[in-house]
Amino acid sequence: MKPFTQHDGLVAPMDRANVDTDLMIPKQFLKSIKRSGFGPNLFDELRYLDEGQPDADNSQRPLNPEFALNSARYEGASILLTRENFGCGSSREHAAWAMDDYGFRAVIAPSFADIFCSNALKNGLLPIVLSTAQVDALFVALYAEEGFSLRIDLQACTITLPNAEQWSFEVDAFRRDCLLSGLDDIGITLERSEAIRTFERQHQARFPWLFEDIVL
Amino acid sequence: MAKTLYDKLWDAHLVEQRDDGTALIYIDRHLLHEVTSPQAFEGLSLANRGLWRRSANLAVPDHNVSTLKSEREAGLAALPDPVSRLQLQTLDDNCDTFDVVEIPLNDERQGIVHVMGPEQGAVLPGMTIVCGDSHTSTHGAAGALAHGIGTSEVEHVLATQCLIQRKMQNFQVEVSGQLGPGVTAKDIALAVIGEIGTAGGTGYALEFTGSAIESLTMEGRMTLCNMAIEAGARCGLVAVDEVTLDYFREKPFAPKGAQWDAAEAWWRTLRTDKGAVFDRRIVIDGDLIAPHVTWGTSPEMVASIKGHVPRLADMPDETARVGLSRALDYMGLEEGMAISDIQPDVVFIGSCTNSRIEDLRSAAAILDGHRIAPTIRKALVVPGSGLVKAQAEAEGLDQIFLEAGMEWREPGCSMCLAMNADRLMPGERCASTSNRNFEGRQGSGGRTHLVSPAMAAAAAVAGRFVAVGEIMSDAGGAAR
Repeated sequence: MKPFTQHDGLVAPMDRANVDTDLMIPKQFLKSIKRSGFGPNLFDELRYLDEGQPDADNSQRPLNPEFALNSARYEGASILLTRENFGCGSSREHAAWAMDDYGFRAVIAPSFADIFCSNALKNGLLPIVLSTAQVDALFVALYAEEGFSLRIDLQACTITLPNAEQWSFEVDAFRRDCLLSGLDDIGITLERSEAIRTFERQHQARFPWLFEDIVL
Repeated sequence: MAKTLYDKLWDAHLVEQRDDGTALIYIDRHLLHEVTSPQAFEGLSLANRGLWRRSANLAVPDHNVSTLKSEREAGLAALPDPVSRLQLQTLDDNCDTFDVVEIPLNDERQGIVHVMGPEQGAVLPGMTIVCGDSHTSTHGAAGALAHGIGTSEVEHVLATQCLIQRKMQNFQVEVSGQLGPGVTAKDIALAVIGEIGTAGGTGYALEFTGSAIESLTMEGRMTLCNMAIEAGARCGLVAVDEVTLDYFREKPFAPKGAQWDAAEAWWRTLRTDKGAVFDRRIVIDGDLIAPHVTWGTSPEMVASIKGHVPRLADMPDETARVGLSRALDYMGLEEGMAISDIQPDVVFIGSCTNSRIEDLRSAAAILDGHRIAPTIRKALVVPGSGLVKAQAEAEGLDQIFLEAGMEWREPGCSMCLAMNADRLMPGERCASTSNRNFEGRQGSGGRTHLVSPAMAAAAAVAGRFVAVGEIMSDAGGAAR
């Protein structure tokens, strides 16, 4: 996982609540057996006027001029500002992969769905929870000012606005350490192999039926 | 100290609790399918890692399979879509390479992973169960701790048999009284989501309790826990009782003999202790729940069959007004219109929510002796597994569906997420027994109304949403 320490980025709006993972990456793209290449199809149904296909040349497709991410103003955005319950629905990690592949490093919202939040953190994409009032204020500032950017400092857990105002945010301590170091979970857990084996032996003694082989 | 059911399941699987609030939780059963596993197996290969415990894993293809008999019989090599074929082939190859047990495509036991698992006794009470699919919450119906995970977590479980978790909070949803005729577990789920919203359960384990829940069959409890994720909760739970034990007693992979006795003794303790404290609690009167229909693009946009689509003026704030306006526009509906004036073009009976035998029986009871309305362009019935299909055929349900003018398909996820060829055309309106009515979920531009199997069947006959009772009384007793 690529580490996340400090990030300066242009902010783009996704001004709706309950953005679901189907909207982030529609099902036809889930047929891929790869982790990469989903960026051009992020928000596919909002972004293009035709229906996307996994093997299509996306550069030839008609863009929806009304979709914010298609506007020149938000080109190169790496921070997404959105509303409540972002990432609800399906557990598809393809949604986090698509956000990452597009170039997003952080999402700011009043709340996130659990599974998406977990998937994002495992892919170096930082979900930042701010109050509804703060998110409202950011939307106002974002619409008012072209080139609206933020600095995110994960070490200090702060975001800095263009007017130098600083707001703090909270993030799970374990997840913050993982993001700062870029460490992968499996390596961390395997360091606890002995503890897992000890637990497993006791668990098997107590619930032997859980350890029977499945024979078709 | 008095514990909730969730507390008990958590404690029994806690490998270690860390100071930072995270914990390592041991996973008993890991279910896999073709869509969310290939990148996890690839990750293991790249890191030169193996499986921690091979026997914990069970795979089945379901999301992306064809539901057409001719295509199934022709086998994987003949599947027309090469991208789907590669994904299904990759599951087979990974299961071979890593020696994971896989129920193959044309095995009678194949089916939607959340139908197959309980049906085989591959999931059992007291287990921790994960799968790279958010509807893994289904298995909480067995008194098990079950939730969906992303692909990175699939890889983590394959490699370590554990998950890094934070303990959730406890949320009790008590449904008192008894459901009226024609009202089902699906209606409870939709009523709960209508009440607490799609983010109401975020961060919680939802335990469903109360007399209306105790009266549900295992199939009904699975429908309910399946939809816990649509309320934002990663897992739903129902305590173990005689209904649970009777369901699992003869399942193929359930323990036998003395092992069953030992298992039963532990399973009987899997209920919330008297005096245990929930962090949040709601009570819903089951007697008052009517059949529900979603009208919008989120499961919380739901009303009773006697209700109406909301009006813009009634929205509490601007975000809600914009949301409603966008949903009405997408769904092609007018504010304030009666739910019973909405006319579907397509009917889909299936999905991990509602494709079990009880679901098919309840739809067939409505359809018996009827034809679907001429305005219905397509009506699919997709059983949840080969065994459900065989049982339905033994009971003659397939004939009722076929005589009504519906298609009787092979098992798979089908039009619930429309990864395969079963999908809506732009603008088409579907009465669907699935779980999500998101924009484009059942096909780009498609419009989804979530309902129970009985309500989907009634809509198929009437050509519009109607209370189940209206069809049953028309039939003059034809509905069994």
